[in-house]
Amino acid sequence: MNTAVLPEISVELSLPFVCTVWNDPVNLMSYVTHVFMAYFGYPKELAEKLMLQVHHEGRAYVSHGDREKVERDVAAMHEYGLWATIEKAN
Amino acid sequence: MAHAFNRTLTGKIAGRLDPVEQALLRSLVLQLAQLLHETDDSASQDPLAQLVGIQELAERPEDPALLRLFPDAYRDDESAANDFRRYTQARLRETKTNRADAVIEILDRADNKIELSDAEAQSMLAVMNDTRLVLASRLGLTDELKLDELLLAEADQGGVAHLYEWLTWLQETLVRAIMQKN
Repeated sequence: MNTAVLPEISVELSLPFVCTVWNDPVNLMSYVTHVFMAYFGYPKELAEKLMLQVHHEGRAYVSHGDREKVERDVAAMHEYGLWATIEKAN
Repeated sequence: MAHAFNRTLTGKIAGRLDPVEQALLRSLVLQLAQLLHETDDSASQDPLAQLVGIQELAERPEDPALLRLFPDAYRDDESAANDFRRYTQARLRETKTNRADAVIEILDRADNKIELSDAEAQSMLAVMNDTRLVLASRLGLTDELKLDELLLAEADQGGVAHLYEWLTWLQETLVRAIMQKN
């Protein structure tokens, strides 16, 4: 398991925008994990960690970057049917 | 009875639906496709803008089910959310519609046994998800406890709730089959 990539997502928000995925009662936990792996290329451990964060805390920051990049990520999440928004990191 | 989807020895994704279930799934996906057409406001658009996927008027859907399929990308910035729609909503609708059409074609050629390539399985998976989002919105499903209540309800609502639960099970087996490596 590559633990080196785990802390970067939630902690290092030096880039200006984040993609937030929100919890809903419809999306399956397995499906959300699959989407994070398939679209972002995250390893299973990270994808599951983010999925559980969405499930238990109501939301998770799943990617960050400049506005254009994060808008692309949000649009992709919408294609998969996940409820995602873009926010300014602070 | 439907059988769970699984990955075959040749790497395909295979599942089995009885004729009633196959017809049921087809009719649900067809309803999804028809609902998606309702958001199509491309008729009165500038052709050049359309060509590059930009809409002058990309309206925020009023139907809660459609709003769930086309959510606001910005929570506290209406103007940014509207801009995002202008640039993405037409393409998103096209993706979702094409996927639904592809799944209808797959169901039309399947004879109870459904065999899918990986790309087809991805379409099927996303379409099942879109369909469940619409059903859940129609049911007013806000949490899992609510589903238990609805399953016990009489008549139409109980029927739709059972349909939703069946589709949930089917999607779960499909996502597991996809994640299973060759």
